[in-house]
Amino acid sequence: MPTPESGALDQSRGEGVAFWVVGFVLLVAMPLLNVLPPEDSWLHLSDFSLNRFGKFLAFAILALGLDLIWGYTGILSLGQGVFFGLGAYCMGMHLMLTIGKESVYGSDLPDFMVWNQVKALPLFWKPFYSFPTALLGAILIPTLFALVFGFLAFRSRIKGVYFAIITQALALVAWLVFNRNETNLGGTNGLTDFKQILGFRLSDPGTQRALYVLTVLCLGGTYLLCRWIIKSRAGRVLIAVRDSEPRVVFSGYTPANYKLFVFVVSAALAGLAGMLYVPQVGIITPAQIGVLPSLEMVIWVAVGGRGSLAGAVLGAVSVNLGRSVLTNYFPELWPFILGGLFVLVVLLFPDGLVGIIRKSRSLLRPMGPGVNKVVLSEGDR
Amino acid sequence: MIVKICTRFAQVGLTVIGLLFFVDLNWVKAAERSLMAPPSSPVEHALAQVTSEDETVRESAIRILIEQGDVSLLPQLEELRANADRSIRQAIKPVMDLLKNRANLSSGDADVRRSAATDLGMAGRTAAISWLEQAAAKEPNKWVRYTMEESAALLSLTVEDSSIKIAAVQKLGELRSQNGAPSLKELVTTGNAAEATDQQKVLATAAVAAIERIETWNAWSSAIETIFRAISLSSILLIMSVGLAIVFGLMGVINMAHGELMMVGAYATFVTQELFKVYLSPSAFDSYFLFAMPISFLAAAACGFLLEATVIRFLYGRPLETMLATWGVSLVLMQAARVYFGDLTAVVAPTWLSGGAQVMIGVYLPYNRIFIIGLSIVCVVGIYLLLFRSNLGLRVRAVMQNRNMSACLGIPTRKVDAYTFAFGSGLAGVAGWALTLIGNVEPGLGQNYIVDSFMVVVTGGVGKLAGTIVASMGIGGLNKLLEPSFGAVYGKVLILVLVILFLQWRPSGLFAIKGRHADS
Repeated sequence: MPTPESGALDQSRGEGVAFWVVGFVLLVAMPLLNVLPPEDSWLHLSDFSLNRFGKFLAFAILALGLDLIWGYTGILSLGQGVFFGLGAYCMGMHLMLTIGKESVYGSDLPDFMVWNQVKALPLFWKPFYSFPTALLGAILIPTLFALVFGFLAFRSRIKGVYFAIITQALALVAWLVFNRNETNLGGTNGLTDFKQILGFRLSDPGTQRALYVLTVLCLGGTYLLCRWIIKSRAGRVLIAVRDSEPRVVFSGYTPANYKLFVFVVSAALAGLAGMLYVPQVGIITPAQIGVLPSLEMVIWVAVGGRGSLAGAVLGAVSVNLGRSVLTNYFPELWPFILGGLFVLVVLLFPDGLVGIIRKSRSLLRPMGPGVNKVVLSEGDR
Repeated sequence: MIVKICTRFAQVGLTVIGLLFFVDLNWVKAAERSLMAPPSSPVEHALAQVTSEDETVRESAIRILIEQGDVSLLPQLEELRANADRSIRQAIKPVMDLLKNRANLSSGDADVRRSAATDLGMAGRTAAISWLEQAAAKEPNKWVRYTMEESAALLSLTVEDSSIKIAAVQKLGELRSQNGAPSLKELVTTGNAAEATDQQKVLATAAVAAIERIETWNAWSSAIETIFRAISLSSILLIMSVGLAIVFGLMGVINMAHGELMMVGAYATFVTQELFKVYLSPSAFDSYFLFAMPISFLAAAACGFLLEATVIRFLYGRPLETMLATWGVSLVLMQAARVYFGDLTAVVAPTWLSGGAQVMIGVYLPYNRIFIIGLSIVCVVGIYLLLFRSNLGLRVRAVMQNRNMSACLGIPTRKVDAYTFAFGSGLAGVAGWALTLIGNVEPGLGQNYIVDSFMVVVTGGVGKLAGTIVASMGIGGLNKLLEPSFGAVYGKVLILVLVILFLQWRPSGLFAIKGRHADS
């Protein structure tokens, strides 16, 4: 399984090399392994695996956003699932509308509306007939929502535990609202049974391959964007906010603005992730946006290594891969493992996988130049 | 008085008619019955005819038996019923039910009397009116008497005599009878119909007045019930959040596993119940609930102590990491309970907590809710005494105000933390113990209320008991008060919005300790 060579990130040259290597593997090698070798070859990567990997990479985009806000700025948002869900539902609504007459009941309306005896398409569904609107909505709606919510929260200096709890309540409330039938979002069953996207059949492996490639490109772009943000002056302020907010205030900055900025960026990235997730997985339900999923997103970043962009990607991919393998073989065991991960990572490996890799490298090369350059320390102040 | 006289007249009249009917048919059937012993009284005659093949004969016999209302006939009827075939058994059953209910009207148990009165009211036999009135006159219990009067009035509505009907309508209005409303509404519709007679119109106007009375009363009683539910939810939230809030105030730590510590308390109660079932006599079973209280406290406190010693201790000063780690613990605990106990385990509430008290017409307060309200008061008083009247409390408050200074003065702050955390966890266990009264014991038990109780802690602010009390009253109250008009989900949405807006005004909660830290 290809994973980013995250240890190389200490040095920017090594980081560049790793980025292009991983990019090549994800973007070129994996789709080729899916297409070229015959099905029974050990080199062959099945359609299912590629599709599943595409889902993980969509999650990695979200993890990057979460890393920005939690790893770099020290704000724990337990409501990322909401933004993910908003993006996913925007895309899902568009895909629902493109089903058209192919639906079970042969009606123009989505199936669940037929069940719920909704006669006409609700007004807020109408814009989603257009694909560009759906794309725009999937980014803009989470952004706007985060803007309003974040403005209120950061303006009144809600922080730390308070912010975490408020965002968790947000996740709970969003879950409750999406579950309702009268909001016309599919209720508990969510949106599913999609047939096509822009005229391409979703069941076609080629379409899924294209979506995969698109996800990799988005992930690469997101990575560069996040890297650019943290290298910029604003990024420095964000890290300073994490390490000591009062000092940032005394130095004449307004932390609230920076926090709002990073919160909005992370929400937009979560929306993007949701948008890419839906056509690849083929279903979005409220169960994916509630309190528990939102917390699981945090654990991806924690496992990978917070305060490291590569760590976020690594964490999202490895935790989800572990999940999909383990829930297959030991469904009862997974909650124990997940809970154990929370405790273990927080207690013993605060820098996650990246921290472990970094440490083992420094042990191997005790005199190396990169040893003393500890990138980021953990802690909230 | 008039009602009584009229009913009496009606009763006598019906008896006469019944007797005539009986006599008339008796002649017709006399030849067939020549083999039987000559009937010595109408009742015995009717008893003999109840098993007749002829439906009209049977019905008239039944009518006579009902008019007579002689409870002492029950054993004989039972005997007849046992030997008869199906259609006759079916015919006899209503008679027996009526007679049984009449007998039950003078039972020693108030609940039995009451349900008998309700049944009689539903049965629609006007003969029961006088029975109910006689019983009501002697009835010591207010609410049973109420039901008897209500049933009598309901039955009187079916009488032919319109003056009795009007009196019944007025009586139902006076009683604010919930059960009377549908039949009153029927009267109004017949009265408003074009072909209505004058009498029906008069009845309709009386019924309108009565309905109005009933509905005003309903509005009040549902308001009172809503308020009661609000207080009840508030006290659940209070018991849950108070432990959370103390720990948060002391250590700045939100324990995400708090809900699962409640679950531990609930399962401790369940286990106690099972042990009582297996090892002790059934007569002692009811007391298990009292024993379960200290057990659930200790079980949850022990878990909390362990949690503090193995996880939280190493994360001081890192509240966000503590949240995540405790969340992990909560996942493990939940899954452990699911694997070990399975999904559905219920605790049987002890008999002294089942049922409820009726305080007003149509207002019924369940004992278990009252118990929880009482428990929350006891908890708050206990915590107050502990915090403000004990040595540990003094130290806790000192550490809350200034950890470093307290440490300098020789307070073992880590020990204070450990004990306080265990105590807070024990309170969660008590909350779980109380929650077994109102729901199943299930692994997800803690999750249902936990986000609400986090909100209580955030809104209430840290360090002040009063903040937690006011916040849980506010959030629990709003939850239930918004529910009727917005629905539970949108009520919650609204509460979140309100809390966020509230935090605009008071960023660190209702009663924050004022400090000079740059952060605050």
